[in-house]
Amino acid sequence: MSRIGVFVCQCGENIARTVDVEAVAEALRDHPGVAFATGYKYMCSDPGQALVREAIAEHGLTGVVIAACSPHMHEKTFRRAVDKAGLNKFMCEMANIREHCSWIHEDRADATAKAIDITRTIVEKVKHNQPLESIRIPVTKRALVIGGGIAGIQAALDIADGGHQVILVEKDASIGGHMSQLSETFPTLDCSQCILTPRMVEAYQHPNITLHTWSEVEKVKGYIGNFEVTIRKKARSVNEDLCNGCGDCQAACPVRKIPSEFEAGLGKRTAISVPFPQAVPNIPVLDRQNCTLFKGRRKGLAKEVCGKCKEACLKGAIDYDAEDAFIEEEVGAIVVATGFKLYDIGREQPEGLKGYGEYGYGEVPDVIDGLQFERLASASGPTAGAILRPSDSTEPKTVVFVHCVGSRDPEKGIAYCSKICCMYNAKHAMLYKHKVHDGRAVAFYMDIRAAGKGYDEFSRRAIEEDGAEYIRGRVSRIFRDGDKVKVWGYDTLNGEQVVIDADMVVLATAIRPQDGIRDLAQKLSISTDEHGFINEAHPKLRPVETNTAGVFVAGACQAPRDIPESVAMASASAAKVMSLFSADELEREPAVALVNESTCIGCMRCADVCAYGAIEQRDICAIDGHVCGHVAYVNPGVCQGCGTCQAVCLSKSVELQTFTDEQIYSEINALCAWE
Amino acid sequence: MTSESRRTLAGEIFAATGVNAATCYQCGKCSAGCPMASESALRPHAVMRLVMQDRREQALTDESIWLCLTCETCSARCPNDCDPARVIDAVRELSIEAGSADMPRTISAFHKAFLEQIRSNGRLHEFGMVMDYKLRSGELMKDVTSAPGMLTRGKLSFRAERIEALDEIRRIFEKCGVTP
Amino acid sequence: MRGDAVSDGALADIAYYPGCSLHGTSREFDESLRAVAAELGIGITEISDWSCCGASSGHTTDHLLGVALPARNLALAEEQGYDTVLAPCAACYNRLSAARLAIATEDGLAERIPDVIGRRFGNTVQVRNAVELLRDAAASVEEKVAATLTPNPLEGVKLAAYYGCLLVRPAEVCGYDDPEQPTSMDEVISACGADAVDWNMKVECCGGAFSVSRTSSVVRLGRAIIDDARAHGAEAIVVACPLCHSNLDLRQKAMALRGEDPLPILFVTQVVGLAVGLTPESLGLERHFVDTEPLIARLIEQAAARDAEERRVKQEAAAKAAERAARQKAGAGAAPKDGDAQ
Repeated sequence: MSRIGVFVCQCGENIARTVDVEAVAEALRDHPGVAFATGYKYMCSDPGQALVREAIAEHGLTGVVIAACSPHMHEKTFRRAVDKAGLNKFMCEMANIREHCSWIHEDRADATAKAIDITRTIVEKVKHNQPLESIRIPVTKRALVIGGGIAGIQAALDIADGGHQVILVEKDASIGGHMSQLSETFPTLDCSQCILTPRMVEAYQHPNITLHTWSEVEKVKGYIGNFEVTIRKKARSVNEDLCNGCGDCQAACPVRKIPSEFEAGLGKRTAISVPFPQAVPNIPVLDRQNCTLFKGRRKGLAKEVCGKCKEACLKGAIDYDAEDAFIEEEVGAIVVATGFKLYDIGREQPEGLKGYGEYGYGEVPDVIDGLQFERLASASGPTAGAILRPSDSTEPKTVVFVHCVGSRDPEKGIAYCSKICCMYNAKHAMLYKHKVHDGRAVAFYMDIRAAGKGYDEFSRRAIEEDGAEYIRGRVSRIFRDGDKVKVWGYDTLNGEQVVIDADMVVLATAIRPQDGIRDLAQKLSISTDEHGFINEAHPKLRPVETNTAGVFVAGACQAPRDIPESVAMASASAAKVMSLFSADELEREPAVALVNESTCIGCMRCADVCAYGAIEQRDICAIDGHVCGHVAYVNPGVCQGCGTCQAVCLSKSVELQTFTDEQIYSEINALCAWE
Repeated sequence: MTSESRRTLAGEIFAATGVNAATCYQCGKCSAGCPMASESALRPHAVMRLVMQDRREQALTDESIWLCLTCETCSARCPNDCDPARVIDAVRELSIEAGSADMPRTISAFHKAFLEQIRSNGRLHEFGMVMDYKLRSGELMKDVTSAPGMLTRGKLSFRAERIEALDEIRRIFEKCGVTP
Repeated sequence: MRGDAVSDGALADIAYYPGCSLHGTSREFDESLRAVAAELGIGITEISDWSCCGASSGHTTDHLLGVALPARNLALAEEQGYDTVLAPCAACYNRLSAARLAIATEDGLAERIPDVIGRRFGNTVQVRNAVELLRDAAASVEEKVAATLTPNPLEGVKLAAYYGCLLVRPAEVCGYDDPEQPTSMDEVISACGADAVDWNMKVECCGGAFSVSRTSSVVRLGRAIIDDARAHGAEAIVVACPLCHSNLDLRQKAMALRGEDPLPILFVTQVVGLAVGLTPESLGLERHFVDTEPLIARLIEQAAARDAEERRVKQEAAAKAAERAARQKAGAGAAPKDGDAQ
């Protein structure tokens, strides 16, 4: 015999303004099976929960219905309260009379009647609830970090220092990311590589970190605490165990004119190379696209046309026949830290974006972007730190810095602000003035966004101490005029057109997510927004989690971000991961499918429709051991409780616990009966 | 836009063009590329600001809106699709309706002469238009030196080409409420 | 009836909307267009009883007028059974296209227009301009140029393609080319064998409608355009708009600096016409204010000289080959001598 307690919440004004809570409690008091019904102002509060506990004890309740907000909000809260009172927590359900009633209706009489119906329906359901136990699953206490920039490195170090094994996967030949390309960082003007390389080395040498560079995540299966990851280690053509980083192969390579990705196209590299001298690991990669030997192989030539690097290598580490390798790893948590790339102003654009025809589509010489300027300014860059124009290597005496190229430009497809450009533009103006004392630095801006610690002071320094000219207005056109680059801008504060004959122009292009981010997101079952940035679970309160349990996010792959924030996010992800690893087992909700083996006919239609691969075939054996049939079996650790199997089962043998056919039909009947 | 805001200049412009003037964040890109900026007191972004701030009289009476070439450069480059060219068109229309248009004499003469030609003949008779323009503008000697050249090159015809369905043209002008 | 459609993908008869200027001060645009269309087998028929599109004076003073005047002509084209209108004048092209877009997108306009113009209007006719048409027929142009017997006076000649505003902006109205770095006219110029120079004022306004009412602005803007074309080595500027032509041609004297050689301004149809061997007279080239005769004469002379030189080289080579063959025949019996192996 059911003895159900009904608690109707006023939720302050949220429910009480539209629904007569007392009337609902009154109506439910007479409902068959209800032993106790009452209303209260804030059920989720401490006294509210105490009310529930006391009622369970006093009235010997066998089930509890809280008529209040959505289960998404407080189901956990109330189930915990019920559990404390000694009643199985799955005997507690919520009737949503807020999101489904008071928030969407205005007429009090109608809303109250509907609230009564909703509550009665759930009461009928609870009559069929079963006491269930949480499922416990083991947790693999190893983490995967995807992306070896500053965020990925920080997350890996934190988790590793916390005593857990980390696998760090980086798609480039070295870790370090964009931070390794920077000359100096704001607001301290610290040398970027000086503060980064110690971390890189620490990550490489840490006993708990396994580093896979020139590698990508190929496939991900499983669920929180139990992921199975396949990593593709792309063929480096260099044996990592034999190579000692001497660089002889690089010196011997005859192909020397490939535009260097690390130098942002301003410098050249060889076909076999490390991206930069401080690369970690200091093991080169052979670029098979541009290698003479491999070009020959693709043409089908019988004889190898080059082999200089192999000849030069004293360790015999070069292997032209190396192939991509696949590594299988089991991990319990994943951190995505794939970083960003810069928007390109060229003609070819992905769907939804436009290029800047008015700035020359990237074809005007001496119009460069921020990363290219960093390489010019960098002491280890293509000009050894001298600011020189790419076209003729002369020192530019007038440099124009243009803010918001792509950013804050809905017409081009990017409405958001890229956050870091105001700061790095100030930095660039300062670096330029420090190196070219008689140079003129002009910055065209819209607004100055310098909200971090010491940021505003830093950006003011550029103007007040280093003499950068800041003009408020956007630039209409940039084009080549003889030896100069003409810039047509506007000074909205003075109200005049401004035309500058610049020697060089630096465009602060927008921050965008990396190529391939959507594919990766799909592999991880996480979502991206319309720009491709990874979606966080909740924009305010859950910034480092994604909507897939066990997958966390850190750094600029989630939104434009500077270094301190990326590091903070990385440490936050690490904390989440370690909290996950702090218990040996994870508790899972028992809302999973269960097969009644006596009625199952073994058609396996359920396995066909299961999107998670949670259903297997299980043999039924006779007493003498021979297999006389088979049935379906649902792995409770993998099942996500979607209910699709229940919908297709011909013999009605598989049911989702907490949403059995009996429970659902009782709800429907209740709704129809109380018309 | 609420019905109340429709009474503002921004509201009128929105009703006429669909442009929400508040989307203009005054970046100045339009004015940076405007070919007439050096000759106008009010540049395109300034017109947008007057609209936003409901400065009706200032917007409708400034000469600058008549110096606009309708070259569409501003609208082509505006990052927020504010379509300043269209907004300025609409401000001109409001200005005429309000009777407060401060068109420079020559420009006013030109538009009137042009439209009158169309209304009378259906097609522009350039010679006739220029004559009318001279009378209205007072620029009696305008292009007098080019006239012989035009004649010898066969570009000047003294007789207007008149279409058959003139009544249709008159009807159009009437329905639009335009008298040049 | 003008030219029947040629088999290789040419268009069926299109409606021709010359606009007021092409019947007046830009007669040569009309003449050269008709001549070139005939050459390329593109059939065009003038819309019967067409009226002015309103140009800038229309939409500048009254939005509805600015839509209704072009709409009347589109309605006429529909009635007369066409699905495409060719409007060579950039302003007409822009107004007709803008009217189409406005009627398709603005609330209530589609319902109002038929009443205003007193005709049915389905908004079904496509609008094309001369540059677009020629660009789409570039292959035919190239073929014709190659097949022309007289040497091409434009071979290798540096020309600056000047688009101006209304051929490319707004992008939603025009749409057939990039609004900042268009290439359609350059492609036509290349198809004619000439060299379309890379220059900076391709899409900067010439001063348009202020030609008469505020000539000083036109002089200022035109000056910058001519300077830039010259700085990039152009021998002439190519246009596809009567007003651009007038501003740069008729008004060039006002903007010229002392001692400066004038820069001829050619219509794109005249360029194609010259390349396919039509006479300058048939293209109206004598109607320009900046005399085109010296340039054309020089180019024809250069082309003839180049052609003569090519013939001479060919003849010499043929003669040498014949000589060699004769010698070999003669020395077939004798032993090979030193120096015979060539």
